[in-house]
Amino acid sequence: MSRDVTNLLYLITIVTFILALRFLSHPTTARRGNWIGAVGMLVAIVVTFSQNAIVSYWEIAVGMVIGGAFGAVAARRVQMTAMPQMVALFNGVGGGAAALISLAEFHNLAPDPGSLKTDISASIMLSAIIGSISFAGSMIAFAKLQELIRGRPIVYPLQQPVNALLFAAVLAAGIAIAAGSEQQWLIWALITGAALFGVLFVLPIGGADMPVVISLLNAFTGLAAAATGFELENNVLIVSGMLVGASGTFLTMMMGRAMNRSVANVLFGAFGQLAPAAAGGAAADGSTDGQVRSASAEDVAVMLAYASKVVFVPGYGMAVAQAQHDVRALADLLESRGVEVSYAIHPVAGRMPGHMNVLLAEANVPYPQLKEMDEANSEFSRTDVALVIGANDVVNPDARNNAGSPIYGMPILNVDQAQQVVVLKRSMNPGFAGIDNPLFLNPKTVMLFGDAKESVDKLAASVKAA
Amino acid sequence: MSHGLLLTFEITILVLAIFLGFEVISKVPTLLHTPLMSGTNAIHGIVIVGAMLVAGLGHKDTLTTIIGLVAVVLASANVVGGFVVTDRMLEMFKKRERREPDS
Repeated sequence: MSRDVTNLLYLITIVTFILALRFLSHPTTARRGNWIGAVGMLVAIVVTFSQNAIVSYWEIAVGMVIGGAFGAVAARRVQMTAMPQMVALFNGVGGGAAALISLAEFHNLAPDPGSLKTDISASIMLSAIIGSISFAGSMIAFAKLQELIRGRPIVYPLQQPVNALLFAAVLAAGIAIAAGSEQQWLIWALITGAALFGVLFVLPIGGADMPVVISLLNAFTGLAAAATGFELENNVLIVSGMLVGASGTFLTMMMGRAMNRSVANVLFGAFGQLAPAAAGGAAADGSTDGQVRSASAEDVAVMLAYASKVVFVPGYGMAVAQAQHDVRALADLLESRGVEVSYAIHPVAGRMPGHMNVLLAEANVPYPQLKEMDEANSEFSRTDVALVIGANDVVNPDARNNAGSPIYGMPILNVDQAQQVVVLKRSMNPGFAGIDNPLFLNPKTVMLFGDAKESVDKLAASVKAA
Repeated sequence: MSHGLLLTFEITILVLAIFLGFEVISKVPTLLHTPLMSGTNAIHGIVIVGAMLVAGLGHKDTLTTIIGLVAVVLASANVVGGFVVTDRMLEMFKKRERREPDS
């Protein structure tokens, strides 16, 4: 097959990918879109296989079976609560593949010094650097999310200067190679250095900032794929990689906006260390004088059963306790009593963009009940009970009222505008970011302590009895 | 096509893809941001094409082929895993009640 025909056929793949993203604009078409994208991918693979120049068919086929089987099994078995890890993992292997392609390409092309055109060697370097940062960074994100290493920021003295120096060294190696110093050891050093940088760069980022990091790493892998497209002079790689790059960048910016923090602050701020310096002055609304009131499941159940509108506000705590099915069961009970139920979803609740939506969808919650922040906020004033399940910072009124709070300015769910607030929480420990939450002291608020899943089950049992 | 012309052409489609990407993705509701993420994850699995090319073309040494094959394995995991997991997620988004087989 000639190169022109191949490239035309690759165009089919490009179109299917664009359609796949286009179809994601609505839940009813999204699944079909994903299939169209998958077919496009198959077309690209078949077209690539049928190129005359390809020789080692069998080896490639075996490699595909091994990788594909691993991917399929992992994707089938993973629990929805573990989705952030899974996304990080697949993101990492993609980045790793891009870096290895560059390594192989360089190894293959470079033995004749000066044989590489500058733009080709520059793209090889870019894809090697970005790909290995993405690989190593994603693996650390995976380890943090899987709790193989602790989720809190890991900091050490001179962290930023060390990281900056390392990155500068990697970049210098890249520039040296692109400028014509085509030494093999340089690219190995570059890939190792970039991977180390990827590790060091994700280590100080805390769990609650994971939505930003995962989005950013997603963008990185896309960019690495696009750079790979330049080195192989292949359009489908350039366009698809860049689509992913744009998507990841878009999500990164959205997540940053939802936290009212710049992406730089998220990446380099080591937010959420133990004992943060700025506990922030006293809450502006004076509600800190109040006391924490804890309630029994029976009390809360009565409150819920006789409400006319209840809004559930899920957070990472619901994911950790895997309480989504129990929450749905409680909602069903309330609905059967004529209570209007909806769910208020903060954009950064959980560990990845849209995390709560996926969990609740898994528990068969119809998606029209899942309200975005703006819509949800317009409804709290006519809500009888807001039931906060394992969320903390996203409902902290200090973000609105207390200019001294580290999260001041972050858009939040205004649960304190509801008639009553019930907070399901494991204990009075401050949330991830280690910030006090005056919501807990609000006279409208009662706390129900315990594991989210157990608490929700108790509530359901008591609602049944009410 | 001369190399310079090809490069210009490639940069052109790159820039167009950025704008197209932003345009299409800004229409995805926050409801579907996780599937967007895993769906784009699957799409960057397109590096499998690159992996196949470096692994499959006749090489002077075996190291290149081996590195290329490892890339094929990683990229295949990316492609298959990405599409399957996205499908599993999207299957769950239902507008109305449905009978509950599990939970």
